[in-house]
Amino acid sequence: MSLFSIRNLNKHFGGLAVTDHVSFSLEKGNRVALIGPNGAGKTTLVNLVTGHIKPDSGEVFLDNQNITSLSPSARVKAGLVRSFQVTRLFSEMTPEEHVALAILQRRGRSGHIFAHYRAMPEVMAELRDILGLLNLDALARIPVSDIAYGQQRLLEIALVMALRPKVLLLDEPAAGLPSTDTVLIEKALAQLPPDLAVLMIEHDMDFVFRFAQRVIVLAAGAVIFDGTPQAVAADARVREAYLGSYAA
Amino acid sequence: MTGFPVSAATTPNLWQRSARADAIAVLVVAATALVLFLLFPQSLALLTRIVAIMLLVLSLDLVTGYSGVATLGHATVFGAGAYAAGILAARFGVADPLLMLAIGALAGALAGGVSSLVILRGHGLGQLVLSIAIVQLAHEMANKFSSWTGGSDGLSGIMPSPLFGLFRFDLWGRTGYWLAVALLIIVFLVLRAVVRSPFGMLCRGIKQDPVRVRAMGAPVYFTLVKMYAIAGAVAGLGGALSAISTKVVGLDSLSFSLSAEALVMLVLGGTGKIFGAMLGTIVFVWFEDIVSAINPFHWLTIVGVLLVVVVLFAPKGLVGAIESVVSRMRGRKT
Amino acid sequence: MQTILSIGADALAYGMVLFVISIGLSLTMGLMKVVNLAHGAFAMIGGYIASYLTQQMGLHFGFAMLAAVLGTVLIAIPLERLLYRRIYGAPELTQVLMTIGITFAIIGIANFLMGPTLKTIALPPELQGPVDIGFRTIAAHKLFAAAVGIVVAGALWFLIERTPFVVRLRASVDDAAMAGALGVRTRMVYAVSFAVAIGLAALGGVVGAQLLPIEPYYALRYMVTFLVVVSVGGAGSIPGALIACLLLGAVETTGRYLMPEFGEFFFYLAVIAIVCIFPNGLLGRAK
Repeated sequence: MSLFSIRNLNKHFGGLAVTDHVSFSLEKGNRVALIGPNGAGKTTLVNLVTGHIKPDSGEVFLDNQNITSLSPSARVKAGLVRSFQVTRLFSEMTPEEHVALAILQRRGRSGHIFAHYRAMPEVMAELRDILGLLNLDALARIPVSDIAYGQQRLLEIALVMALRPKVLLLDEPAAGLPSTDTVLIEKALAQLPPDLAVLMIEHDMDFVFRFAQRVIVLAAGAVIFDGTPQAVAADARVREAYLGSYAA
Repeated sequence: MTGFPVSAATTPNLWQRSARADAIAVLVVAATALVLFLLFPQSLALLTRIVAIMLLVLSLDLVTGYSGVATLGHATVFGAGAYAAGILAARFGVADPLLMLAIGALAGALAGGVSSLVILRGHGLGQLVLSIAIVQLAHEMANKFSSWTGGSDGLSGIMPSPLFGLFRFDLWGRTGYWLAVALLIIVFLVLRAVVRSPFGMLCRGIKQDPVRVRAMGAPVYFTLVKMYAIAGAVAGLGGALSAISTKVVGLDSLSFSLSAEALVMLVLGGTGKIFGAMLGTIVFVWFEDIVSAINPFHWLTIVGVLLVVVVLFAPKGLVGAIESVVSRMRGRKT
Repeated sequence: MQTILSIGADALAYGMVLFVISIGLSLTMGLMKVVNLAHGAFAMIGGYIASYLTQQMGLHFGFAMLAAVLGTVLIAIPLERLLYRRIYGAPELTQVLMTIGITFAIIGIANFLMGPTLKTIALPPELQGPVDIGFRTIAAHKLFAAAVGIVVAGALWFLIERTPFVVRLRASVDDAAMAGALGVRTRMVYAVSFAVAIGLAALGGVVGAQLLPIEPYYALRYMVTFLVVVSVGGAGSIPGALIACLLLGAVETTGRYLMPEFGEFFFYLAVIAIVCIFPNGLLGRAK
């Protein structure tokens, strides 16, 4: 049994099949890229997996547990975490507070009313580790609205690391960054725990080839390719999906 | 509010530093209270009323300023505390002031928790309208059950017994005033701790991006209901304090206009800041007392113009404006 | 049976007055995305102008009604340019605060100029007497109010469905820069929409003055009612506002006939139920 699997997932909006019999699975430590032309249904698939949309049929499994009917936050607790393509951070809060909140949430202590994370040595230790790993420690106490966009993207990764997921959905981690800064993100992603399974949605093909051992291609809601990065460029259906009739 | 770029490793005892800041703040509040006591011995009733309303505005700050819930019906929790304490004293003869405060806080927390179940179902305009509908509903109920509440005549016959059996609530209002100040300091310390706690951070997070909070696996609805209950307890204390010190509870303590005024006070002082809520209340109620005595309609005109000016030119309120002036001066020095 | 018909007739008149005033607010909130709590204040200004013209100057009701609409719009235009323009697109709370501020100021000024007493509008003889409608008589001004409501609903429907104006307005709200690039004069579009909404408020203030009497606190007293009607109907929806006004008018009138001691209890209970079940209002569009 795989760590994470999607079985025969379907979703229609009106008459349009936006997710069409999608199945695939991830093992521990997998680095998989999900690509596809605009409108292929990647966002819908992410929302189905995270639980923000209910599928018409099909199932999602995590760790031998059927999580299809779980709420989005229950899935996060079970170990399925996503990052956002458009940075979603708390603009008035500092990176330190962001990561602390994620650690506290994971430890089930985010509801505590009379406590402070700075008085919790184990939280502070973990906090320093994560911020240090991503070179964010110098910015730890500056409100997010005052730090550069590239660093905000790094914080996005720090946040998901602090949640210690089993499966991570990375939604275009380098979106909106110049290619010089993409390197920083790649370095950060290299720091992710080795046995974490990662599904990354990305457009930058060079980045995909460096990161992924496996590529899944989605077109018109269906999986049209699932294989090695080397094979993807040669695949006729992929060429057609991207290039349309020009390829024929 | 902006912190300075200090690395996490070099300042391990920032936590202790904030405890020191708390102590200084408490001293400032206590000293201000003493100065006002000496300067305005004739106005202790007004000052006590200011503290009671301050508790309402602090409560609103928790919900609106820290958690981002828009409400124009926050007097519901204040009125719940006032009526609970008042009915206890006037109808059941339980006149111990501390017991009345406790019941007020409890009733406020209950009213806050229950009303938030409804209010949080709406968003944006719907949320505002639900909050208004709830305070109007509570107002009509208080009016209808006049055998308990005294209806539009107000609830009278509240005779609080001496505090700790020693201090009588005298004509000058000295006992009421010091009780109010003590209450304010306790609430102030509790709220400072709450807003910095993990729970407080979670609420601030929900205000800024609820989607992200859900993606971290944290509950949004339940967290806000809990915050509402805490805020309700604070405002309920304010209501009970007002019942104890004025010895009457009127329907106006459960009204849309008190709710709207509380919001105005909060914005005037600055949302999301404890001092903002306190300063806004002092400025508003004090000026209201002076100007209304001349002509209540002039007061409305002034508040209206002031509100427009604050929204346009000082969106972070008086405290926000002071903070930016201070930080600009500091920036010039260094 | 007699009671039911009586309640029905009164509910209809009350509902239509609510409609004429609230529909302008519904357009402001639905199409321009501005929560204008000062809407009732403009209705009040319209009422004051008509009262002054008919009582002090002895002018005819019809002329006063027209002058009230134009006069209120003239007062509102500088406010739009100076104040409202700055809160287009701002968070709801900001809009609420600014417009409450404007309302407070208008109340204070109205009292200064006109005094705290109730002001009436002199009706022409045709609208004064009762009219026999078969099972009972009903005041002619109530029928007139209902008729004005129907005309307004029809005219707005025509404006929205049959002219390109609303398309330009929606474009201006959704993406002002793009609409501007396409040649839409967005500022003009906003100003005209605002003027139409305020004009409707003033009209409603005049027509409804017998049911909602004109005095300085009018602006605050009915602010909540108008806001509630709009959110129940769904901001921006003409049929939604119509249904909401008739429904809430019926709830309110029935409550007043049968259980007057409960006041507006049932009105707000209905509001909570509807908003909980339909978060965007009865006919509002999902965001």
